[in-house]
Amino acid sequence: MTVMPAEGLFSLMWLLIALPLAGAAILLFTGRRSNAWGPYLGVLTVSASAVIGVLLLIEMMGLPTEERTITQVAYQWVFIGNFSVDLAFQLDQLSMVFILLITIVGSLIHIYSLGYMAHDPDKRKFFGYLNLFVAAMLLLVMANNYLLLYVGWEGVGVASYLLIGFWQQKRSAAAAAKKAFIINRVGDVGLSLAIMLMFVTFGSVTFSDVFGSATQASEGTLTAIGLLLLLAAAGKSAQFPLQAWLLDAMEGPTPVSALIHAATMVTAGVYLIARSNVIYNNAEIAAMAVIIVALITIFMGAIIGSAKDDIKKALAGSTMSQIGYMMLAVGLGPIGYVFAIFHLLTHGVFKAGLFLGAGSVMHGMNDNVNMRRYGALRSVMVITFITFMAGYLAIIGIPPFSGFWSKDEIIHAAFERGWFIGGAAVLAAGITGFYMTRMVAMTFFGKKRWETDAHPHESPAVMTIPLIILGLGSTFLGMALLFWGDIEAWLEPVVGYESEPTPLPTSAYIGITLAFVIVGSIIGWITYARREVPIEAPQGNWLTRAARKDLYGDAVNHALVVAPTNYAARALVWFDARIVDGFVNGSAAIVGGLSGRMRRTQSGFIRSYALSMVGGAVLVLLALVLVRI
Amino acid sequence: MNTFTAPEIDYVAIAPILIVAIAALLSVLTETFLPRSVRRPVQMILTLISLIGALIVLVINRDIRTITGGGAVAIDGPALVLMGTILILALLSAFLVAERSLDSLGDSFAPSAAALPGSVDEREFSARGYFQTEIWTLFLFAVLGMLAFVVANDLLFMFVALEVMSLPLYLMVGMARRRRLLSQEAALKYFVLGAFSSAFFIFGAGLVYGFAGSISLPEINDALASTAGETLLIVIGMAMLLVGLLFKVGAVPFHQWTPDVYQGAPTPITAFMGATVKVAAFGAMMRLLYVAFSGIQWDWEIILWAVSILSMIIGSLIALTQSDVKRMLAYSAIAQSGFILVGVVAASPSGISAVMFYLIAYGLVTVGTLAVISMVRDSTGEATHLSKWAGLGKKSPVLGAVMAVFMLSLAGIPLTSGFVIKFSVFAAGIAEGDTWLVIAAVVASIIAAFFYVRVIVVMFFSAPNENTASVAVPSIFTTITVAATVTATLVLGIIPQPMIDLLTNAGIFIR
Repeated sequence: MTVMPAEGLFSLMWLLIALPLAGAAILLFTGRRSNAWGPYLGVLTVSASAVIGVLLLIEMMGLPTEERTITQVAYQWVFIGNFSVDLAFQLDQLSMVFILLITIVGSLIHIYSLGYMAHDPDKRKFFGYLNLFVAAMLLLVMANNYLLLYVGWEGVGVASYLLIGFWQQKRSAAAAAKKAFIINRVGDVGLSLAIMLMFVTFGSVTFSDVFGSATQASEGTLTAIGLLLLLAAAGKSAQFPLQAWLLDAMEGPTPVSALIHAATMVTAGVYLIARSNVIYNNAEIAAMAVIIVALITIFMGAIIGSAKDDIKKALAGSTMSQIGYMMLAVGLGPIGYVFAIFHLLTHGVFKAGLFLGAGSVMHGMNDNVNMRRYGALRSVMVITFITFMAGYLAIIGIPPFSGFWSKDEIIHAAFERGWFIGGAAVLAAGITGFYMTRMVAMTFFGKKRWETDAHPHESPAVMTIPLIILGLGSTFLGMALLFWGDIEAWLEPVVGYESEPTPLPTSAYIGITLAFVIVGSIIGWITYARREVPIEAPQGNWLTRAARKDLYGDAVNHALVVAPTNYAARALVWFDARIVDGFVNGSAAIVGGLSGRMRRTQSGFIRSYALSMVGGAVLVLLALVLVRI
Repeated sequence: MNTFTAPEIDYVAIAPILIVAIAALLSVLTETFLPRSVRRPVQMILTLISLIGALIVLVINRDIRTITGGGAVAIDGPALVLMGTILILALLSAFLVAERSLDSLGDSFAPSAAALPGSVDEREFSARGYFQTEIWTLFLFAVLGMLAFVVANDLLFMFVALEVMSLPLYLMVGMARRRRLLSQEAALKYFVLGAFSSAFFIFGAGLVYGFAGSISLPEINDALASTAGETLLIVIGMAMLLVGLLFKVGAVPFHQWTPDVYQGAPTPITAFMGATVKVAAFGAMMRLLYVAFSGIQWDWEIILWAVSILSMIIGSLIALTQSDVKRMLAYSAIAQSGFILVGVVAASPSGISAVMFYLIAYGLVTVGTLAVISMVRDSTGEATHLSKWAGLGKKSPVLGAVMAVFMLSLAGIPLTSGFVIKFSVFAAGIAEGDTWLVIAAVVASIIAAFFYVRVIVVMFFSAPNENTASVAVPSIFTTITVAATVTATLVLGIIPQPMIDLLTNAGIFIR
């Protein structure tokens, strides 16, 4: 694979990042003055990036396959001894699809936010943070080395923190922001350790150098790097065991949940592993760990999604579960990378649509998120209902909606690896059918359970147009990418693709999957549409109760991390106060006491001063004479 | 009987000194013949022009290296650097002397120092609006003495220079307008003890002459080199000369005049003498030790080791419990003398340039700090008690920030000149094997950091209360001095290399 220098249109690629970054800078530094026009500037910069992205795609499609990796070096960034890193961008097929996802979905969500945040007094700040996020995320996917990727990685982390806590006057939002940030730090440590290990092993952190010499490193080293990268990915993508922050992150404004915590940032972990495919291809244990983490998360997310009454948290559980599918696919190796990215793209679109739909519902229901107080909304919010249904059918995987194509490919690839993994993936697909049907049934069907002061209404056009576009995407994107875009051939040069024979024909797997999905959906429909939904949540069985508490994720974190840290901190405070301060204060007291005594030698009497001089001179002379003898 | 032959004198080489000398004499004539009303401007202009003129001539003369005046005057690299330093510091102090906006009563000096404090005469002079102008004459003579001190190449000339420098200082210390008893007491103490130390010096000079048969520094060195036997006489003579010089720099145990004089003297004079006397005395000390006594280096190194450690530790320790800013600075000056001695003990080319850098940077900080102190006032004049500085940094952020820079520099914090100079003398010390001395110096620096930082803490981390002093608005004079010193402190701290190069090129003392 040759790396081409950026020429012609490609020399503009830095603008992709620079535009939203400049937007963020302007919005955040001009302060309240930009409240009036700031949001439009925010939309404009991201839309311009999206246009550039599309132009670059067209340009790239005109190039021969082997010339589609293009780098642009801005300048030499770090240069210490033999450690040298450029601030350089790499554009290839993989980063291209991410750029399009980030900028196009980002633009739609920016537009939607014009309506959603219209009455917020700090909206310019909101758009500034959103622009910052887009810039950081683009940096993440366009970096040509791990160190620059790390900058983007931290940048999205910061933006996510700022946006989750955007309504920081709410204690819960501030706490959720902190929680997200801190849990992400754990993953970030993994990434930084991985980068250091790469530098020690390969002497470089540039993608091309690392992947070029990966096979020369020992498998143990590669496994270590792979596991550390998995830790990083688990943090950013809310995978087990670092999943606990995502549900709380729903405290942020809904467009944030749609853009950052569903469509883009949380998929950065999948990007990281897909980008590092060479490492995982040579480290079987690390790849296996990815699969295990993915399977656990798929079920955790699905179970949590089945029990939550908060529409956003239910969707967040579903996000965890769907990203689990992507992680599963990247863990499968060359048979799965392509489909992981495929599912990532379709999911990015339909999940963004579902979140924005949820936001539209909340908008009409006085920001109430409790699905037990919804019901029968299909007739009052027609556009929201139809677009939501498109997303619903996409996520549960009904043909020909887009999720069907991508998820089906992953399940198929899972069966290529073995019955157990494939079976688990199918079972989880059935649960997906259940919880999504439950959500749709509780929200749009059944009887009205509205609060007395709720007057549900359809949202304004600025919000519904993005919904329609995303709804169309939920419907057609899968087919478009698979049949017209030929996603497999497009991504194959970057991540590799191979297919293995399976015992059953493809249609059999489709049939099995659909059967599970339909059974799950029917159970959901019977339980939540045909029967009365109580306004107060019933006690439920043990699994429901556990799922409502996020499967005790917080309790585990508290027992394993928070409590020991608190004890350690208290012990250190004691050590600091008693031992360290005792030593310091003790010596200070001694010095101060000496000072007080010596001060008395300054009597003010000239005779004693003169005596001291004579004494000093005598001592000097005596010393000199004594030394001689 | 020998006939007297007048020595050759290179008037160009000593032109800077001559300019100041002529100005000093003109200043006497001014006092004598001009009417009272014009004396002040004439004296001021005379002083400023002579100092600047001397500085310009010095820069023109920068490449002259010669011994002239029958061997009495040595103009070499260090002498030029030290003279330049003295002139610059004197110029900055002269601005403080000229300041008249800070005190509601006028300048810092008693209208007539001879009138008894609180007497009818004193009130009369104040009421008539008289101002002290002799201070300028004394100032110029003191500068003249200092310039001569650093070029003196024989013991007699050195002694004369020492006295020309000291006598005006004794007088100036006693001239404070406010707290006159304190000021006069300080002047008397300084005078008596100074005379005492001069006695040591002249006695030592006699003993050395007895040994070497010459008062010329290079010839003393030759005599030492050619004598194989007993050297006790010259060692004792050398030690007594050192006592005289160590008194001038305020090193322990010859330091006790320092706090009283720093506190009692008018603040512009404290700034002047605190900065320049150290430069002159350390310059003379280095010339004396390196040129005349390099043969008995081992002996004077022991003395300076002990004096250095005592000065650093005792100065820093006592400063801890001072509550008066000027007294605290006095003890800090004692400790700083100890730090400078670390470089003197090193006795290497890098030690010489480190000491000179130290003197320059420390002199600038001293002048600047005292200029700041002269601005902090309450109804009774300068508010030097630390409790009156509470919250001053919040009341006047600029003044607080400037003072903080000076304190950080004195404490030796990086990005200020104080770090660079401490680092250079310590490095020179370590290079010459004085590791333990440097360790003691570092310990003393740690102790010293406390009381410097305490000033910052008091200024910025206490709330202002009704006792907090106010900051008087200075005229252009003090403003120039403060701006110049704080800028120099930061510039020398951030980009010290040009100055280090300059001092390294200045070379060593010639014989």
